[in-house]
Amino acid sequence: MSNNTVPTAKPVKTVDMHIGEAVPGCKKKDPILVVDGVSRTFGGLKAVDVEHLEIPRGAITALIGPNGAGKTTLFNLLTGFDKPDTGSWTFEGTPIGGVPAFKVARMGQVRTFQLTKALGLLTVMDNMLLGAKAQIGENLFRAILPFMWRKQEADNKVKALDLLAKFKLDAKKDDYAASLSGGQRKLLEMARALMSDPTLVMLDEPMAGVNPALTQSLLDHILGLKAEGMSVLFVEHDMHMVRHIADWVIVMAEGKVVAEGDPHEVMRNQAVIDAYLGQHHDEDLGEDPDAEKEHVGAIKELLDDEL
Amino acid sequence: MIDWGAIFSNAAVELISPTTAAYALAALGLAIHFGYTGLLNFGQAGFMAIGAYGYAISTLSFGFPVWASVLVGIGASVIFALILGIPTLRLRADYLAIVTIAAAEIVRLLFTTNTFEPLTGSANGLSGYKGGFAALNPIPPGTYGFGPFEYNAYDWWLRIVAWSVVVLACLFTWQIMRSPWGRVIKGIREDEDAVRALGKNVYFYKMQSLILGGVFGTIAGMIFVLPRAVVPSNYQTSLTFFVYAILLLGGAATILGPVIGSMVFWVLLSFFSGFIARAVEAGWLPFMSSIQAGQLRFILVGVAIMLIVIYRPQGIFGNKKELAFVK
Amino acid sequence: MNNTYAVRKFKPRKLVLLLGLLLTALTFSTLGAGAAQADEINTDQYDYVIAGNVQFDGEPIEDVLISVEGSGYEAEVVTDADGKWRIGVPEKEAYTVTLDEDTLPKGVVVAKGGSTIDAEFGLTKVKSVNFFLGEGERTTVSFFDQFVNRFVNGLNFGLLLALAAIGMSLIFGTTGLSNFAHAEMITFGALATLTLSVTMGVPIWLAILVAIALSGALGWGLDAAIWKPLRKKGVGLIPLMIVSIGLSLALRYTFQLFYGGGTSQLPGSGMADMKFGPISLSWLDIGSMAISIVVLLAVSYFLLRTRIGKATRAVSDNPSLASASGIDVDGVIRIVWIVGGSLAGLSGVLWAYFRPGVSWDMGFQILLLVFAATTLGGLGTAFGALVGSIIVGLFVELSTLWLPSDLKYVGALVVLILVLLLRPQGILGRKERIG
Ligand SMILES: Nc1ncnc2c1ncn2[C@@H]1O[C@H](COP(=O)(O)OP(=O)(O)OP(=O)(O)O)[C@@H](O)[C@H]1O
Ligand SMILES: [Mg+2]
Repeated sequence: MSNNTVPTAKPVKTVDMHIGEAVPGCKKKDPILVVDGVSRTFGGLKAVDVEHLEIPRGAITALIGPNGAGKTTLFNLLTGFDKPDTGSWTFEGTPIGGVPAFKVARMGQVRTFQLTKALGLLTVMDNMLLGAKAQIGENLFRAILPFMWRKQEADNKVKALDLLAKFKLDAKKDDYAASLSGGQRKLLEMARALMSDPTLVMLDEPMAGVNPALTQSLLDHILGLKAEGMSVLFVEHDMHMVRHIADWVIVMAEGKVVAEGDPHEVMRNQAVIDAYLGQHHDEDLGEDPDAEKEHVGAIKELLDDEL
Repeated sequence: MIDWGAIFSNAAVELISPTTAAYALAALGLAIHFGYTGLLNFGQAGFMAIGAYGYAISTLSFGFPVWASVLVGIGASVIFALILGIPTLRLRADYLAIVTIAAAEIVRLLFTTNTFEPLTGSANGLSGYKGGFAALNPIPPGTYGFGPFEYNAYDWWLRIVAWSVVVLACLFTWQIMRSPWGRVIKGIREDEDAVRALGKNVYFYKMQSLILGGVFGTIAGMIFVLPRAVVPSNYQTSLTFFVYAILLLGGAATILGPVIGSMVFWVLLSFFSGFIARAVEAGWLPFMSSIQAGQLRFILVGVAIMLIVIYRPQGIFGNKKELAFVK
Repeated sequence: MNNTYAVRKFKPRKLVLLLGLLLTALTFSTLGAGAAQADEINTDQYDYVIAGNVQFDGEPIEDVLISVEGSGYEAEVVTDADGKWRIGVPEKEAYTVTLDEDTLPKGVVVAKGGSTIDAEFGLTKVKSVNFFLGEGERTTVSFFDQFVNRFVNGLNFGLLLALAAIGMSLIFGTTGLSNFAHAEMITFGALATLTLSVTMGVPIWLAILVAIALSGALGWGLDAAIWKPLRKKGVGLIPLMIVSIGLSLALRYTFQLFYGGGTSQLPGSGMADMKFGPISLSWLDIGSMAISIVVLLAVSYFLLRTRIGKATRAVSDNPSLASASGIDVDGVIRIVWIVGGSLAGLSGVLWAYFRPGVSWDMGFQILLLVFAATTLGGLGTAFGALVGSIIVGLFVELSTLWLPSDLKYVGALVVLILVLLLRPQGILGRKERIG
């Protein structure tokens, strides 16, 4: 993971990960996460209804879809933050349906949140240290005996400083996280998640609110994760970024996976265009001109890809 | 006219009184709950009651030695914390507030009811359990001290033990709060979902915090009854509110805040009631009776709570810098 | 001195019970049973003995429960096969001896002198106490009748709780404030009525109406003077709650300052009961229930049908969205405070008749039940508060069928904890979203 080794112009894409046709729910050669029949309803609304889904290992997978498609809800379910009505899923072959969120994270599947959760009244450094795994001093009885955990703490600090430097936050290490800007908090949250050396990183809109200059380095970081052998699943609305770094794209709409595939192919899929526009065909599209404009914009982004 | 000397010395006495120590310890427990972990425990009075009754009943009904009585009280409060925590620590913060306040009331009602009169003494409470503690006193009989701080051996013994416990509790809390354990705890206060996402068993940590702060409250309850009797009406919800007032006064997420808060609180309160009572006697406040003068201090506490929360939410000792970010 | 006193009264079985209660906080059915050990109790421990012989028609009666109480001492015993019993007592004092008629065989009652006898020692250390038994049927109220009676009472209590709970719930819904000072708004209604009717001689119906109006004004005033400025200042919800605690404390003792610590009665209080089959009710109870129902219907109409009511629900749902769609959020909140205050005031008046009596902390006595009701229904849902209140009211009253009456609030509070365990969002509440 380094912002100097990976040339930002043309990241190396992982290809040929699926078996058979690139249809929704298609099998992957080496899946890290396999989802079966997961559904979640809120009142009468079916927020998530995924029949089958596999996330490839060692690749960057983008999860896209219009607002309210159920992406965040799916994240919540897969990471144990919410309970599905039905369904099961495995992470690295282990069934983790019903496993509490903290155990999921300990197994190496960590996530960030769409609404950033920086721990405001902790310093940036403390935020980072909190991410480290298996800390001796996190046991109440050992906490009173500093000599037991001092060494580990020092090591974690070195690691944290290293990560902070990569995310250009090292100058802020002693500031309260609350004093960071929105974009910096996103960076901090991501860096914090990396403290635990995860195998699957799930990022919910990591780029939202990050300024364009930072966006580039964030993209590099995500590419760097892959280079280090981690798998990445991220939600993103900005199609340019998706195209730029994703090896695989999954499209959700109204809770369902409507398309999957290579970023370049999937954008031409009729189901995807329907997802962004078509869902309103039969509804009163005219009532919300802004939404329409937004959708059209998304479609344009999707299509003007092949330049 | 007004005997200022008496007012001042009565107030000064509160500085090191065992009651002040008990409130400081109870507030330190709340600091762990509320200030560090963000748990809204409104049942500290219940923990204190369990300490008081646990100690008194073990001593009186079973003839347990001091150490065993203390352990019984602590054990009971751990169980109480588990009962409170298991259903509520997964829920929103305000639910814990309501459940703890309800549970503390349940405890008080159980101690007040006639049904258990043989054990609890119902509304009359219990007394006569101090022998064991007094027997441990190494100080030879006599009167020691100077000025207003002149006490007999028992009273000194009580003060020394009470404040030693407070100092130990402060050191302990200080140490754990600067450890990785404390970091997790503070992280939970800020956003428990974020901490959960980092692989920490938030529920378990909250439970530890609830137990730890509750045990502090329980020990405070024992100290509280050593200079007086156990009376169930002392453990009303207002007791919890008083402890909150002290905590907020000193600073919720601080170690020394609860201690200094308790001292300031009791010295000021004693000064104020002493002054009002004597002013009434001296006829300075003709519209007031001396009973009313006693009630005035509760009003004052209420108003003080409001003012501190609004104008100085970080308390006396809180970090001013933090305040800039408090939502 | 109390030391020895408590030691001698130690009864292990009760301790187990007490711990059991603390441990599970659930047990409330086993309590009534009481603890009866043998035909002799504490006789080797104390010098003084009260003794007797329970016989009917020359035949001894076994297993009759006798209890002795007095001078802070209490003991129970059951008669042996010879109908004999002995209870040791610590002092040569006056005691009351009670025979539990429920433990007599069918068709036997205490004929004269009653089932409670005052016993005083003469010159000897043994005092004998005998009851005169005769043939007859006891006029006990059947369990069913008691149940129906308690049920109606509970409904009445629940309805008056609902008045306060709905106001609290509306305030919570629209502002997020858990208002501890709601207790004092309840008390205020009763105190205002007391002052108007008793001190100033205003007719009671008018006094109540004016008191309700004043309570509404109090709600408005509190919002304008405290809550609105704090909202504008952006004070967080938990600090706000703590402010309300301070306010509650200050107001409560201000009431005590002016009204003293005693209890006064409103005019017409303590009206005689009338019999409706098994149910005994006074006109006050009937009136109270009727008023509650009418007012609750009016509040429902307000919430469901009127523009302001709909706006209120919109603000509860999502304040920022409501304000974006042109609703005057501050205006809605002001109305909620006025309505909440008036409802609390009315609830206070009805509570004063139900208890009966007006006192400075009467609102605080039921604050927890109001909280329990709001929480049970689901925080911030007005109709949930109604359902929750009825449940709490019924529970408090019905639990007295099994629990000693000084524990009647315990049942309701235990239920609160249990419901939260099973359905954390309350009965009608919704879950929150994460992430
Ligand atoms: N806790 C909840 N209660 C009720 N409805 C919910 C809840 N969480 C999500 N929803 C609904 O479920 C649907 C999916 O929401 P979700 O947040 O998963 O969408 P999303 O794909 O992440 O959208 P966005 O791109 O805007 O973040 C939405 O209609 C949302 O309103
Ligand atoms: Mg989302």
